[in-house]
Amino acid sequence: MSDPLARALRAPAPQAAAAAARFADRAAAEQRTDLAYATTASPLGELLLVSGPRGLVIMHYLDGPLEPALEQIALRRSPRIVRSAAALDPWRRELDEYFAGRRRRFESPLDWRSMTPFQRAVLRATAAIPYGETSTYTGVALAAGSPRAQRAAGNALGANPLAIIVPCHRVLRAGGAFGGYTGGLHRKHFLLELESLSRP
Amino acid sequence: MPQRLPPFQVLLERHSEDVWRMLRAMVGVQAAEDCFQETFLAALRAYPRLRADSAPRAWLLTIAHNKAIDHLRRSRRERPGELDAPGEEHPVADAAVWRAVAELPPRQRAAVALRYIGDLSHREIAATIGCSEAASRRSLHDGLETLRRKL
Repeated sequence: MSDPLARALRAPAPQAAAAAARFADRAAAEQRTDLAYATTASPLGELLLVSGPRGLVIMHYLDGPLEPALEQIALRRSPRIVRSAAALDPWRRELDEYFAGRRRRFESPLDWRSMTPFQRAVLRATAAIPYGETSTYTGVALAAGSPRAQRAAGNALGANPLAIIVPCHRVLRAGGAFGGYTGGLHRKHFLLELESLSRP
Repeated sequence: MPQRLPPFQVLLERHSEDVWRMLRAMVGVQAAEDCFQETFLAALRAYPRLRADSAPRAWLLTIAHNKAIDHLRRSRRERPGELDAPGEEHPVADAAVWRAVAELPPRQRAAVALRYIGDLSHREIAATIGCSEAASRRSLHDGLETLRRKL
């Protein structure tokens, strides 16, 4: 008797995966979750995007496995995070267009709240650098209202949670040297070249 | 503040099949989808208050159990006399099993399902159903007895 019972009750439930995906999409669309995430392929490798009710919270290069990255986000931001490609569609589409050379500005909303006031000022100044142009660490520090804080500005850029979209790759060292890039210099080079501005 | 809770997505992926199995046994395939959505919405809402050291599967099965009981109460009010979980959508070989499970009183059905699907201990089953351990042992025993007789 226990065999058919166990077999029936434990039988695979293939509907569960689709139901879970529907749940996650709906939780994101109805803002029942704090965060939604998706990954997307790009010429620079896999990208991880995370959004909240007010806009994009994180966009970074996913060079390692996904799970530890999500655990860090759960720890630092909120454990209420689900996967929803649909929720991240606006930014994924803009990134696709950017990499195809068909987009020069990102328009979908960004959430700046997790940043310190100084980092926000630096990154907003960075976001104002037009496509195909560059600035310097001194330049963005100046634009952020702290002309002598180049080093702090460099740190703020290094901790940019919205890579590519807030174009910290457009910030170079004075005199044209490349400076650093959290995702790796080859990526900075690629992005500047994409924007037809690569300098040796 | 919550500490070291895993991303909710991890719970969703790891336990959605057991939650579905539990609901399938409790309310049938038709109603399982709605109960499944309600279960995970409630879980997501309460998640930040979950203690990081508690067992997430038993927690999710408890919520699923509560949603199933709510559903059974509602449908009994709306459609009295109808069976809760008819087995039409299941393989013919198992149809008799599903019919017999559906004919169990909800508490016995829950005890049997939690035992076979969740592999829960008597104490966990009691906590999930919300009764004493003795009562949950009795429910499991009576449920299995009835099933043995019918099958």
